[in-house]
Amino acid sequence: MRSLWFRKLMSSSITLVTSVAACVVIGMLILILGYIGATGVSELSIGFLINEPKPIGEPGSGIAPAIVGSLVLIAIASAIGMPVGILGGLYLAEFASSRFGTALRFLIDTLTGVPSIIVGVFVWTVMVKPMGHFSALSGGVSLAIIMMPIVARTTEEMLRLVPDSMREGALALGAPVWRMSLGVVLRAAAGGVATGAMLAIARIAGETAPLLFTALNRNYMSTSISEPIASLTNQIYYYAGSPYEEWHSMAWAATLVLVSMILGINIVVRLLTRNRHQQ
Amino acid sequence: MDEAENENMKAVSQVAVSENAPREKRIVLPDREARMPAPQVSDRKIHIEGLKFFYGRAQALKDISHDVAPNQVTAYIGPSGCGKSTLIRTLNRMNDVIPGTRVEGRVELDGQDIYAPGTDVVSLRRRVGMVFQKPNPFPRSIFDNVAYGLKINAMTRSKSDLADRVEASLRAAALWDEVKDRLNDSAYSVSGGQQQRVCIARALAVEPEVLLMDEPTSALDPIATQKIEELIVELKEKYTIVIVTHNMQQAARVSDYTAFFWIGEMIEFSTTEKMFTKPDHKMTEDYITGRFG
Repeated sequence: MRSLWFRKLMSSSITLVTSVAACVVIGMLILILGYIGATGVSELSIGFLINEPKPIGEPGSGIAPAIVGSLVLIAIASAIGMPVGILGGLYLAEFASSRFGTALRFLIDTLTGVPSIIVGVFVWTVMVKPMGHFSALSGGVSLAIIMMPIVARTTEEMLRLVPDSMREGALALGAPVWRMSLGVVLRAAAGGVATGAMLAIARIAGETAPLLFTALNRNYMSTSISEPIASLTNQIYYYAGSPYEEWHSMAWAATLVLVSMILGINIVVRLLTRNRHQQ
Repeated sequence: MDEAENENMKAVSQVAVSENAPREKRIVLPDREARMPAPQVSDRKIHIEGLKFFYGRAQALKDISHDVAPNQVTAYIGPSGCGKSTLIRTLNRMNDVIPGTRVEGRVELDGQDIYAPGTDVVSLRRRVGMVFQKPNPFPRSIFDNVAYGLKINAMTRSKSDLADRVEASLRAAALWDEVKDRLNDSAYSVSGGQQQRVCIARALAVEPEVLLMDEPTSALDPIATQKIEELIVELKEKYTIVIVTHNMQQAARVSDYTAFFWIGEMIEFSTTEKMFTKPDHKMTEDYITGRFG
């Protein structure tokens, strides 16, 4: 029988160790965000956000095309990837037989692990080359391919958390199965599904490699989906790899903008999907 | 309210001890105005004939046959695992959602076999409603819970019609006075007994003919249980009710007919009064007097 003193010591030590570990994790995040913020904020201005890039030396250069481009690419990718991913996850959770479901789940997990550059090369082969030019559409498709398996799996996990009693309650009232799945089960899991979707968007917002092969980059404002388009990630890559100091500080500021954008999307979606009727 | 309370008090407090064993208890039935006649062929809302039920290869129900009389409360009693929940779920085909189940025999609602191929299961479930053991309201407001069935079955013409029907259902479930000022609150914000009554109101809103109740009060405290038992006795004026219960006193208090089950077989089916005073089978008597189960 250990003494009380020893037990208290053990308890305090474990609490201390785990707290320190948590602080290290949070500290890393704060450090990174802080460094980005401190370095990038100097170049940040309203002009920076709404101007197009100007030749070196001219004042008033901005990254507006990159911001717009990233948003366009995310929109295209979401338009394709979200419905397919969510409905695919719904199928896996509600309708798949156990054997087929297991196989499907394995394939989806494999797709999640495919390096994004390979996805880019693949889309280059099947879309860019036949089309004859780079385009925002190809960029969006490559991002959608990365997004789909993530959304499908998180949707499935969230739907599994909805208790069967709720499904039976809806069926017992004369709801057809599709109505029960979409209107009751999916709706009950909406918060979790949205979180999964946000994780996917955060992932693709930071993708660079696939866009190099599909959307390329562009130095002026464009929203056409059949032409190359700028993106924040590629712009940062382009500026950071250049020999110009001015572009380096613009790259830092663009990084800050990218991180803020992802954070902003997260917060807005979490606010919109908070469930006032928590069990 | 008072009369029912007194009846319940009498049933619980009067325990007649038989001469042979001091442990035995006889369930005392509340006084009833009319003595229930035995079920007749023409009095059948639900007719069950030769019903067998299989979970894969395991047979859960063996050759069940009886009738459920309209506007009466029929109770299924028996020890755990005897198949009473399985049986009640066959009456609205809820077991269809479980893969690997098989049904043989006939179950007729108003003379029509509900397992005939081509049966509209969705409208069957609207006619035969169900209340579950653990209250399962949707994560919505109380109003939206009760309105759900009305909306999906397109049963209302306007918003005010919907509001009227929701109020009528909540009144029928004896819950209106308690929640009328907080219809937009989450259904989870009320007590367990109230949640169960929300589920009952939700089931009543679609105007079923039969209400199936699978141990509706086993997850509730005694006060909530009493309220729901009073509600059941009121509801049988308009609905046919089948209730599964492992609480024999409850069966004695609320039901008109009782069926006793044992490992998938129906041992006895008779009026509640006869079941609890002069049962035909020794096994029934043993169960009721508490010798096992």
